[in-house]
This record gives sequence, structure tokens and C-alpha cells, in this order.
Amino acid sequence: MSTTEFEGVMELDIEGIEQSALHQVSPTEMETRDLSVWFGRRKVLEGVNISFPKQTVTALIGPSGCGKSTFIRTLNRLHELIPGAALAGSVLYEGKDIYDADVDPVHIRLKVGMVFQKPNPFPSMTIRGNVLSGLKLSGMKRDNHDDIVEQTLTAAGLWAEVKDRLGSAAGDLSGGQQQRLVIARALAVQPHVLLMDEPCSALDPASTLKIEETIRELSKEITIIIVTHNMQQAVRVSDYTAFFLAEEGTPGHVVEQGATTEIFGNPQQQRTLDYVNGRFG
Amino acid sequence: MADVSQMGRRDLQSAATSHRGDRVFTRTVAGAAFTSLAVLAGIALFLGFQAIPAFQSQGLSFITTTGWDINTNPPTVGIFGMLYGSVLLAFVGLVIAVPASILLAIFMVFISPPRLSKILTNLIDLMAAIPSVILGLWAFYILNPTAEEWQVLLNKYLGWIPIFENTSGNFLGTPFIAGFVLAIMMIPIITAVTREVLSRTPPDLINASEALGCSLWTMLRYVALPYGRGGVVGGIMLGLGRALGETIAVFFVLKLVYETNWDKIIESGGGSVATLIVSRFGEVSGPSELQLLLAAGFFLFIMTLVVNVIANLIVSRTGRLQK
Repeated sequence: MSTTEFEGVMELDIEGIEQSALHQVSPTEMETRDLSVWFGRRKVLEGVNISFPKQTVTALIGPSGCGKSTFIRTLNRLHELIPGAALAGSVLYEGKDIYDADVDPVHIRLKVGMVFQKPNPFPSMTIRGNVLSGLKLSGMKRDNHDDIVEQTLTAAGLWAEVKDRLGSAAGDLSGGQQQRLVIARALAVQPHVLLMDEPCSALDPASTLKIEETIRELSKEITIIIVTHNMQQAVRVSDYTAFFLAEEGTPGHVVEQGATTEIFGNPQQQRTLDYVNGRFG
Repeated sequence: MADVSQMGRRDLQSAATSHRGDRVFTRTVAGAAFTSLAVLAGIALFLGFQAIPAFQSQGLSFITTTGWDINTNPPTVGIFGMLYGSVLLAFVGLVIAVPASILLAIFMVFISPPRLSKILTNLIDLMAAIPSVILGLWAFYILNPTAEEWQVLLNKYLGWIPIFENTSGNFLGTPFIAGFVLAIMMIPIITAVTREVLSRTPPDLINASEALGCSLWTMLRYVALPYGRGGVVGGIMLGLGRALGETIAVFFVLKLVYETNWDKIIESGGGSVATLIVSRFGEVSGPSELQLLLAAGFFLFIMTLVVNVIANLIVSRTGRLQK
């Protein structure tokens, strides 16, 4: 018996080592270079340089109004849908600037999926319809819809709860279930990157834990960038962390970034230390 | 068992009746609501009673035949062609007004700069305020000659479709022109309602569809229009209600004939109940003809009611799920 247990521990350890080793060598999926963002004449972000390695989770933390959500919306070109939106610098996805004139924003949004703060399934569609809605809306062709529904709902940790009522209305699910449903919906178009804008802020603790498990599971396959106000959550789910701050009338910028263990365990900046210890924000 | 579970139970009054001020307010509101019902019922009863003698003298043929001859005894009259004509004109109007209004509303909500859509909103509201007699005059003097040319072209190129046949060579006073005027009257109503409904599409859902790589067209088709469908249909029905009862604008442009024009929309001549009433009312030959006109009004009222009920059924069926 004890041998088996020991083996189990060994395996876990090896996996852990392999994963962190993978992170160190994993190539960059996305990065921003000297990115500045405006709403009309108001500059809300300045000089943001962050790179997101493949198959990792990066947490974006910082007080409200520091531009985290705006930043995340520049990564799949949703920011530009707001009137008066402008930006400088570049956002590279697989080495190419997604704001180049020859890039189709629809293509970018399919590769870079997004989950919002408030669960937003389509209320007039069934659970199954919601999962497949990305395919329908974008006109993407994929076979075996039944398999897609099962796979993505399983990946989002919702399959067991809804497999017997795929035809019922998405609006009947609880908030936590709806949020996992929209994660499944985002996964159905096979994105390489998933942006999550405070995905758990409207959820109860049990649902939050489920979503966090889902995030850890998904990061084996795709790159995840998550905005969160919950420090413990950032520690639990992320490999890397970037701390955003907008001081007194200045645009938001990144104060410090690096491995999550470093940012929370041994921050180099006093303001980071203060923030992660809850002294402001 | 049942008795035990009822023990100690007190039926509680709602807040609306347990507070004195609310009690007064509740009754006032209920009274106002009842007044409008009473007015509606009063009109229906008045028209219904007036219609009885006409219906007794004419029988069922009053609504199944078409004609208006007062000089026989009893008069041989039938309003089927007029009832049908009211529907036909409204239908022609809808075919023109619905696509125009929905596209206009989509433009105002999702495409045009906010400033322009504000201007458009005001202009369209203004359009709804044009008195129908003015529209009728405009249609008589301005629209008529222009629409005549459109119809000649329709007949020349699409004349092989039965509805665009014209054997008389007369393109004035057609159901098409009357329907076009009705469309102009319906557009502001349908546009205003559709714009309102579309502008309430939850931003969450628009976000969701954009993040899923949706184009504007697919967002409209799968998100905004399904979300607003009930409201849009409601707007169309409001417009239809106006079209069915419209009198004076149609009176100016439609050549009233006491026959049933089934489907020749660019052939001169057609009918509508409201136009029949207004055109006969001035030269009514006696109390019996007046009763006949009121009876015609009663059936117009019934028909409008039926159309509204059908519309409500359509609206209530729109909540169904998309697979």
C-alpha cells in the first residue's frame, strides 16, 4: 500500500516539475508592446508591456479603475467597438500585430475568446444552443456537434449537471452554472487564448471554486488571462501576475509583473507589497 | 391533515389595500382603467345595436357580397369588398413599411453616429405628427403622378405576375398608391417602437456575441432581433391598427368601386370600409343608409379586434426557445 501512495506522490511531483519546466520554456502566445489606450481624449493606459506564455494563467490585479478590463478588451479587439476608442503600440498574437490593417477582427475574436464578469448566456437559446452559438454566430463549420457539446461542457465542469437537460433554457441555470456554460460556449470555437474579466465576482464561493478548477484544467490546453480582485484567487489559479495601478489622474500602467509566487511572496515594489497585503485598493 | 396545516393561518392584505392612501390611489387607478374599458364597450354596443336593423334587412349577405345600391327596396348592399379592401391596402402598406422601418431602426441603433440618430428620431417623430389629411393632399397632388410611372414600370417588367396586371391602362386610384400612403403613415410608428426595442438589447448579450466573432448581421439575426421580436411585432400591429382604420388619406387617392378587387394592386379601383363610410356619409339618403354605414363600422371594429387578437397570439408565441 505505502509503495503505491509513494508512487502517487512521486508522480504528482514529477508532473509539477514538468509543468513548471514547461512554463519556463513555453513560447509566447500573446504580448503587448508599449500599449497605450484612450477613451476619446482620456488616456486610460500607458506603456503596457506584458507577454503571455503559452498554456499559462496570467492574473491581472489592481484597484478598480486602473484599466485592467480595458486592457483585456484590447486583446481581442473588443475595445474598438466603443465610440472614441483609440490605441498606440501593438498587441502581438503569434508574432503578428492584431491591429494590422489586414487582420480580420472576427478571426482574432475566435482565437481569443472571452468570458465576462456577469454570466451572459443567450436567454432565448437552450443550453445546447448556447454551447453551439459561437459556431452559428461566426459561421464556423465543425462536425459532430454532440461531441463538441459534451467535450466543452465537460471541460467547463458542467456536463454532469446538465447532460440530461440540454434542451432546457439557459436562463434556468444558477449563476455559477451559467458562467460555466459561457466558458463552454467560448471553448466551442476552439480559442487559443481565453480572456476572463472577473469571471467569479458575481458567484458564490462554491461556484468560484468550480470555476477555478476549470481554469487550472483548461490551462493545460490554452492560455488564460484573468482579471481578478480576489488576491487568493490570483494565487490559487495563476502562474504569472501583473499589477496595474492608476495613480491620481495618471493613466493606468503596470507597476510590477512576474511569477505569481514572486509578486505575492517577494514583491520588489513597495506599492505592490501594500496592495497584495490589502493596505489599499 | 388539511385542517391541521391551516391552523393559525391568516390571510394577509397586500400593501396596496392595507394603507389608506394606497387604497384611495388603487381605486382611482382601477377606475381610470375601467373607464377606458367602458368606453370601448359603449362604442361596441352602440355600433352593434345600430347594426341590428341593417343586418336584419340584409342578412349574412351584408358581409359576404359586395355592392351599394340604395334605390332598391330593401337596399342591396354588401361590404365584403370593402372589408377585404381594408385588409389588402393594409397588407400592401405593411409590405412596404415593415422592411423600411426595421432597416431604419437598425441603422439608428447600431450604425449611425449617436448625433445623427438623434436627429433622425426627431424627424421620424415629426413624421408621425403629420395630419392624415395633409398626407392625403400630398399624395393626391405629388405622389399620384410619380407613383403612376412606378406602376407603369412594375406592369411592364413584372406584369406576368398576376398582382401586377393592369388591363385598363389606368394607373390612378390604385390600391398600390393607397397602400403606399398607408406605409408612410405606418413607418414612423413601426420605426419608433422597433428602435426602442432594439436599443434595449442587453449590452451583455451584444458583448457576448461580439466576443464570439459575430458580424453585425449575425448579431442582429441571432441576438438583437430575436430579443426584440415581441416588441417589433407589437409595433407592426400598432401600425396595422392605424392602417386598417385610416380614412381620409385613403379617400383622397383610392378610387372607390363597389366591387371586390382581389389582387390587382396596380389596377384602378378598390375599397376600404372607412373610405366607404366617409364617402357615403356626406350624401346619405336617409336613416336606413346611415344604419347601414354604422353597421359597416361595426364590422370594421370587429375585424380590427380580430387582427389584434391574432397579433397578440403571434407575440405570445415568440418566447419559444431557439435550438
